[in-house]
Amino acid sequence: MKKRNSFGARLFTALVFLFLYAPIILLIIFSFNNSKSRSVWSGFTLDWYVKLFHNTGIRQALWTTLLVSFIAALVATIAGTFTAIGLFQLKRKPRDAILAVNNIPVINADIITGVSLSLLFVSVGSLFARLFGLEFRLGFLSLLIAHITFNIPYVILSVLPKLRQLDKNLFEAAQDLGATWIQAFVKVIIPEIRPGIVNGFIMAFTLSIDDFVISYFTAGSYVQTLSMQIYAMTKKRISPEINALSTILFLTVLLLLIIINVRQVRQEKDAQKRLATLYNNKNAR
Amino acid sequence: MNRKRISTVPYVIWMALFVVIPLLLIVVYAFTTKDGGFSLENFSELGSYTAVFIRSIVLALTATVICLVIGYPVSYILARESASFQRISNMLIMLPMWINFLLRTYAWMSILENTGMINRFLGKIGVLALLGVDHIQLINTNGAVILGMVYNYLPFMILPIFSVIQRLDRSLIEAAQDLGATGFQVFTKVIFPLSLPGVLSGITMVFVPSISTFAISKLLGGGTSLLLGDLIEMQFLGGAKNPYLGSAISLIMMIMVMVCMLIMNRFGEGEEEAVML
Repeated sequence: MKKRNSFGARLFTALVFLFLYAPIILLIIFSFNNSKSRSVWSGFTLDWYVKLFHNTGIRQALWTTLLVSFIAALVATIAGTFTAIGLFQLKRKPRDAILAVNNIPVINADIITGVSLSLLFVSVGSLFARLFGLEFRLGFLSLLIAHITFNIPYVILSVLPKLRQLDKNLFEAAQDLGATWIQAFVKVIIPEIRPGIVNGFIMAFTLSIDDFVISYFTAGSYVQTLSMQIYAMTKKRISPEINALSTILFLTVLLLLIIINVRQVRQEKDAQKRLATLYNNKNAR
Repeated sequence: MNRKRISTVPYVIWMALFVVIPLLLIVVYAFTTKDGGFSLENFSELGSYTAVFIRSIVLALTATVICLVIGYPVSYILARESASFQRISNMLIMLPMWINFLLRTYAWMSILENTGMINRFLGKIGVLALLGVDHIQLINTNGAVILGMVYNYLPFMILPIFSVIQRLDRSLIEAAQDLGATGFQVFTKVIFPLSLPGVLSGITMVFVPSISTFAISKLLGGGTSLLLGDLIEMQFLGGAKNPYLGSAISLIMMIMVMVCMLIMNRFGEGEEEAVML
């Protein structure tokens, strides 16, 4: 495996990356296009970015998307972490059974998750209407429930491996040293599994923001997420304002990723340096 | 200890309410008629959609095979690069997912259209005139739908395979070489079998969304040739509203997904992490 790749192999990989990025590059370029056309370039403009800030429809949809994604990811992270800790204590059989159910939303087709939840909401709605005369219609609440439901499994799957790596004696050691159950939990367990929790939150948030299919079936006609609005637009013509918004989102994420990576690399280098000095000091002595 | 075990109870109730019961509802609806009686009518009606079933399966399988043929070599090549390069490429593979897939698919429309970039380019260099046509039909074809699937789901094939190959125990490869295996033998007898969990999870992660998509076929297939996803969407939200028939189609699709799931589960633990990355 130490052998480096041939030129041909690298060219092939580069072409695959080009394939992945070509539409995105186009999308970014045409967000600066001076006409509504999406294939003919007619000069540079920032008009679409200005229009974007005045477009209340898009702003509303963006707000809904961010709000749903944030609440759903937060709830799922808290619920998923506690559940994962509980699951970890269970005996193998019940744990495997629960994990099998946990895997359903992960592996199942989005459209089936969406359709099945919409059936549930509609049936419960008509039941409520018949029993109590209450009207329950699809909207923000049903959208939020759907998002929490498909987010929790990912958080659990992200926290569980960290729990497996955890030294089982740590918790008892903390308690032996006089920590209460809660103290031991907050000060020992949580910091140990933090990377899994953070990763779970990020994954849940990303999935929620990106989701179209499940939202489409569970949000009803009064609430619209960004992807639902984009879908509605594709039936006619997408306004370049959406390209402008995507460009902003994309560049934000790119920037964040670069910062995280640079920090990681720097931390690793620092750690290496510290190790090297330690080693040198030891040798000098 | 008991206190911690109890923390799974709310979750179990939640999953029962919002995962298990909704799926059971699909089963119930699939066997119900419009006026509420039990019947198999919905399934007999499915017969008229055989063409859609076949088309969906063929397109999804083709897309999955293409993803594997492209994705495996890419993962293999990337895993041989330096650690920092691997980190960057991992990021680059995930980054496109941050742009809404509908928008990325829409961007393909502007490339493939009859007046789109490819046709314009071919016109400019005189190929169209040479062929005596004013455009080459690229959009609204099966090929365009497959392209959309490959484009959207290729990362789902690359990432699990990449992460499995990355974590392969290097000493196994060296051992094989020491024992006299050729490069090809090392690949077929050591690397490939060990990367199989990643391949299987990649196949599932591409096949399942491909067989159930409805947006891609609508945008790139022009909505004229239906896929299973379109059929379901039409029954629930579209003009042909019939959730009972829609549930029957969903049930069949669920069975196909379950078969995928069973195949995956047979390959045990390591899988979980491959799916997760």
